[in-house]
Amino acid sequence: MQTEIIFAGFGGQGVLFAGQVVAYAAMDNGLEVTWIPSYGPEMRGGTANCTVIVSDEEIGSPQVRYPAAVVAMNLPSLDKYESLVKEGGHLIVNSSMVDRPVTRKEIHSVMVPGNEIAEGLGDKKMTNMVLLGALLANVPLLPLEAVEKSLREHLPEKHHRLLPLNYQALREGARFLAEKV
Amino acid sequence: MTRELWKGNNAIAEAAVRAGCAAYFGYPITPQTELLEYMSARMPQLGRAFVQAESELAAINMVYGAACTGTRVMSSSSSPGVSLMMEGVSYIAGTEIPAVLVDVMRGGPGLGNIAPAQSDYNQIVHGGGHGDYNLIVLAPSSVQESVDLTVLAFDLAEKYRSICVVLLDGSIGQMMEPAEMPPFQPLRTEYPDWAVTGAKDRERRFLSSIYLDPPQEEAANLRMLRRWQEVQANEIRYKTYYMEDAKFAVIGFGSSGRVALTAVRAARAEGIPVGLLRPITLNPFPEKVVEDLAKQVEGILVVEMNSGQMLEDIRRIAKGAAPVEFFARLGGIVPLPDEVLDEIRRLAKGPLTLEGHPRDRWLARMGTLN
Repeated sequence: MQTEIIFAGFGGQGVLFAGQVVAYAAMDNGLEVTWIPSYGPEMRGGTANCTVIVSDEEIGSPQVRYPAAVVAMNLPSLDKYESLVKEGGHLIVNSSMVDRPVTRKEIHSVMVPGNEIAEGLGDKKMTNMVLLGALLANVPLLPLEAVEKSLREHLPEKHHRLLPLNYQALREGARFLAEKV
Repeated sequence: MTRELWKGNNAIAEAAVRAGCAAYFGYPITPQTELLEYMSARMPQLGRAFVQAESELAAINMVYGAACTGTRVMSSSSSPGVSLMMEGVSYIAGTEIPAVLVDVMRGGPGLGNIAPAQSDYNQIVHGGGHGDYNLIVLAPSSVQESVDLTVLAFDLAEKYRSICVVLLDGSIGQMMEPAEMPPFQPLRTEYPDWAVTGAKDRERRFLSSIYLDPPQEEAANLRMLRRWQEVQANEIRYKTYYMEDAKFAVIGFGSSGRVALTAVRAARAEGIPVGLLRPITLNPFPEKVVEDLAKQVEGILVVEMNSGQMLEDIRRIAKGAAPVEFFARLGGIVPLPDEVLDEIRRLAKGPLTLEGHPRDRWLARMGTLN
C-alpha cells in the first residue's frame, strides 16, 4: 500500500517543511518514506514543491505523475496539479490564495481558507500546518496525534514554544472534510 | 534499529565520518554541496582534516597526497567537477593507493544543469582519466544504500589499493529517507606497509605513478590487472526483483532502477511477467547475471538517464540471446514510472527484433514524446 502526496506552493509557504513533517511521522510509525524536493534556483516567492511517498514496502520511484493527494497552497499549484490527482484521490486547496473552485468531480476536494485561519491563530506562517491538518483528516495516512508526536520529537528544542500553535493549526485544518465523490 | 531521516548527501558524509574518514578535500558544486557543507562542520568537530580547496583539481591532488599516508581520505563532487579531477584520478590509480570519490551526477555535457542525470556512466565506469586502470564503481539507489556503500567503498578501496567511486545522481543526493547509520569506527592507528608515514628508523618508501622504463610500467599495469581480476571474482553486487518466473526483464541502476521498480510492480499487477535487475557494482559489472538473464527472458528493457551508455554493455554481454530495447530521459529529466510502464507493455506486446539498434528505435519514439 503506497500513498503519494505532493505539497506545492510559493517558496516561503512552508511546503517543504509540511512534507518533512509527514516524512518524520511516517518513519516514526515504522513505514517506508521518501521526501524529495524540486530543487533548483528557487527562492522565496518562486514555486516550490515536494513529493512524499509513504509505503509499507521498499519504495520505487520517488516521484509519480499521478499522486494520490495534492496540497495546493496557491493558484499556480492548483492549475498545475488539479488534472494530475489520481482518480478518487484528494486535492486540498488553500482557498485564500486561489480565485476559482476545483472543477474535477471525480476526486475528493476541499477548499480550506488556510491564510485566514492561520492569521486568526495569530501567525500566518501556520498556513502550511492548517493545510496539513486538512490533508490528514481526509487521507487515511497517519493519525493527527502521531504527527503531533513526531513534531515534538524532531523539532529542535529552541522551537518548542511554537508547538502548541502548530497543534492548534493542525486541529483547525482537520475540521475541513472533503466532499464525497 | 534506530532510523533517522537523512538527506542523501548528508547521510553519505556522516557514513564516511563513521567509516573512519580522516581527511576530506573538496570544492562546492550543486547537487552535491550539502556533503561538503556537512563535512565542513563535522570534521573539525572531531579534530579531523577538512579543506575546501581552491578548485577540484587542487582537491583531488590533496586527496592524492593524503592517501599516500595510508589514512582514509575522500572527496566528492558532481559531473563538471569530477571532469576537472580526472588527471588526479589517473595519477592516484597509477600510484595504486586507496581513495573514495563520491560523484553526484547532474545534467550535461558542459555546465549542463543541476538536475539529476546518469550521463557520466562511461566516464566513471569505462575510463575518464588516461591510461589503463579500473575504478571500483558502486551505484546506490536509496539513502540507506548510499550509507552502506560509502562504508563499503572505504573497505574496498583499501583492500584493492584502488579508487572506489560512489556514483549516484542528484535526486538521491537531495532526497530524504529513513536510514540507519553504521557504528563508529575508530580512526586508523596502524598503516599499511606501502604507506609513506615518515621513514625514521626504517627504509625509505617511494610512491609514484612514474615508470619511465616501459617494462616497469608494463609490470605495474599487469599487477593492477591481476588485482582487478580479484575484484571481478569477489565484489560483484546487484539486486533482482520478481525475476523467478519473469519472461521479460528491466535493467536499470540507481534512480533509473528504482523508477523501474514501480513500473515493474504496476506491470505485474496487469499480469505481465516482468522482473528487474538493478546492478549495484557498475565496475565490475554483473556480467554473468546479465548473461543468464538474457537466456531466461524473451526481451530486455534497459532504462537509463543517459543516451544508452550501460545499454552498450548489456548488448555486448547479452550477445543476441534476447532482444534488447531501450528507454531513457536525458538532460536532467528523471523518467516517471508510467513512462517505463508504457515501455514494458510495448516490450511484452512485441514483436521484438534482434535487428537494428535499440537506441535508434527509442530516438524515433522520442520524436513523438517531446
